[in-house]
Amino acid sequence: MTTPTIIDVSGVSKRFVLHQHKSLKERMVAFATARKYQEEFWALRDVDLQIPTGSTVGLVGHNGSGKSTLLKVIGGIIQPTTGRVQRRGRLAALLELGAGFHPDLTGRENVYLNASILGLTKAETDRYFDEIVAFSGIESFIDTQVKFYSSGMYVRLAFAVSVHVDPDLLLVDEVLAVGDEPFQRKCLAKIAEFQREGRTIVFVSHSSDQVAQLCDRVVVLDRGRMVHDGSPADGIRVLRETFEAAHAASPRVEHADGTLTTGARIDDVRVTSTSTDLSGDFTPGGDIEVVIDYTVGDVPAGWIAGIDLETPVGQGVYRVNTEGLGMELPTTPGEYSLAIRLGGSALGAGSYQLHASLVTPEGRDLDRRQPAASFSVSTERGGVGVVHFSTSAELSTS
Amino acid sequence: MADPAAFHRAERIASLPLIEVGRHGGFLTGTGQAIRDIWHRRELLGLLVRRELKARYKNSSLGLVWSLMRPLSQLLIYYFAVGQIIGLARAIPDFAIFVFVGLTAWMLFSEIVSNATVSIIHNQGLVKKVYLPREIFPLASVGSALFNFAVQFLILVAAMVALQRVPLTGEILYAVAAFIMLVTFATALGVLLAGVTVYARDLEHLVEVVLAVLFWASPVVYSFGFVRDVIGGTVLEQIYLANPITIAVMGFQRGLWIAGSDPANGIVWPPDMAWRMLAVFLFSLVLLWVSQRLFSRIQGNFAQEL
Repeated sequence: MTTPTIIDVSGVSKRFVLHQHKSLKERMVAFATARKYQEEFWALRDVDLQIPTGSTVGLVGHNGSGKSTLLKVIGGIIQPTTGRVQRRGRLAALLELGAGFHPDLTGRENVYLNASILGLTKAETDRYFDEIVAFSGIESFIDTQVKFYSSGMYVRLAFAVSVHVDPDLLLVDEVLAVGDEPFQRKCLAKIAEFQREGRTIVFVSHSSDQVAQLCDRVVVLDRGRMVHDGSPADGIRVLRETFEAAHAASPRVEHADGTLTTGARIDDVRVTSTSTDLSGDFTPGGDIEVVIDYTVGDVPAGWIAGIDLETPVGQGVYRVNTEGLGMELPTTPGEYSLAIRLGGSALGAGSYQLHASLVTPEGRDLDRRQPAASFSVSTERGGVGVVHFSTSAELSTS
Repeated sequence: MADPAAFHRAERIASLPLIEVGRHGGFLTGTGQAIRDIWHRRELLGLLVRRELKARYKNSSLGLVWSLMRPLSQLLIYYFAVGQIIGLARAIPDFAIFVFVGLTAWMLFSEIVSNATVSIIHNQGLVKKVYLPREIFPLASVGSALFNFAVQFLILVAAMVALQRVPLTGEILYAVAAFIMLVTFATALGVLLAGVTVYARDLEHLVEVVLAVLFWASPVVYSFGFVRDVIGGTVLEQIYLANPITIAVMGFQRGLWIAGSDPANGIVWPPDMAWRMLAVFLFSLVLLWVSQRLFSRIQGNFAQEL
């Protein structure tokens, strides 16, 4: 059976007009100067997206990329300027926990009100009520006005209501970042349960770890346009690239013959291992050597070169730089080779990416290669993970 | 799709039609959809009305009693200041009932309009974060105003019983018709103002001012006879009578204030009152429809304007 589409976004654009004047006087002045203070910008540009049932899609992008707007358009809270969104099944939008909670009403009254806002009938709320209260863990305060709740209690009750409305489609906007750790674990467990039950989840997140952990698909937005739609690993790489574009490197003057007068440049990065298998994959136990060839033009004293080792989905594995190694890098112009030796590799099976960077002491980029190199590690057998142990097991009768 | 629950969910979703999100349809065809949307959320509407009422008096020890205090205090003010001191009570028989009937009708109107005007702004937390048919917020204001009206009306009935002035004549139909007409008209205005106020916040204050003026433009504390004496037979009188609230207030008075129907008192009513009420009612219906269509048009941008 093919999985049915639950959301169909086609050709959606959204234009916002920014009014900078609110008072009558300002408006008249603006009118006289031919409305030049009315700015418009496109929060979304020609977005096409089909989401099949049961998938978990992460919307990522940096601030102002339009990811929250897209979520609101899918939720029907904002109407697109052009294009159309089609949807089916029951929707629950967790754009803000406790939207519609009234501070003067008790927890119980708010549960009924909020459940009704999310589309539950009174009879259904009656049925889920005990479960909701148990999930939130605030039984003894349920008849207290919510204005006396701590922010944690408030959020817990709101989340409890939202996950009990039996949605086919759950829209989540950053709300998973709230609450204490046990509660966050509870939320993530609930999300995993939702995924098993074939519910569709679309969520906006800033955390690439969370995206890597939860999503089976990532959509990257950059200034309103969809720049990637596919696997989380690629998505996170694309996201990084858009971050980099925003992260302006300091100017560098290069001559045609390759010499530099200002800044520094990474010319090449090589990774080798003293222990590899027949296919060229690294094997545990060997020394990994990273060689960075770079050219120095004019750099401030105390500048730093570093490497960053990550999994393809962006989980950090190891990072080290010359500052941490207590090494002072020369500032005289010229070409250099820096070799960093990672002795006795204990990396687990999988592929890894290596980023290299040259930065000023203040943390500004001189040059950055992301990723600069990649390699794979194979292990013969045993456990799975980013680290490798020479694991053995023994069985005895007792 | 290993989980059977997931399989059934997918199967069920496959059987549902894809529905376009948000409001669409032409200017003429969208009303039916809007009415269906609101009808589906009628339970929520009830809860919102209750929320508005409960939250208003939650922290006061007298609670609901306060919703009686305001009209009662106004009744006393007008009864003594206008009735006894200025002396209108001598010209208008059963002045207490006359004023209270007019005040009850007026307060229904002004409460609907003033609360509905700010309903979207006061519920912006919801408007920005959850999709609901947004007409539900002005309608909730109508609901809570109707509740307060019911409470006042009960007092009015109690007073009429106590004073032995219970209007059990055919004239009472005027009051019923006036009630329907007034609620329709006020709802139409409320929906319209609720939407427009999001874009022009000044309206919130303007509405208060206009309501204060309109109170004196309707025969609530004085009777129509005084108006007729001053501007009878002129265009001004026709303008005065073109005010839907005036017609509604007089409808209430004619139905519930039995001294007004007593030929011995010689109270004058405008000619063709029944026809005027019908005309206003039809006008209100059209206005309600236009308001809803306009509201529907502009509600798509509420979330970003707030």
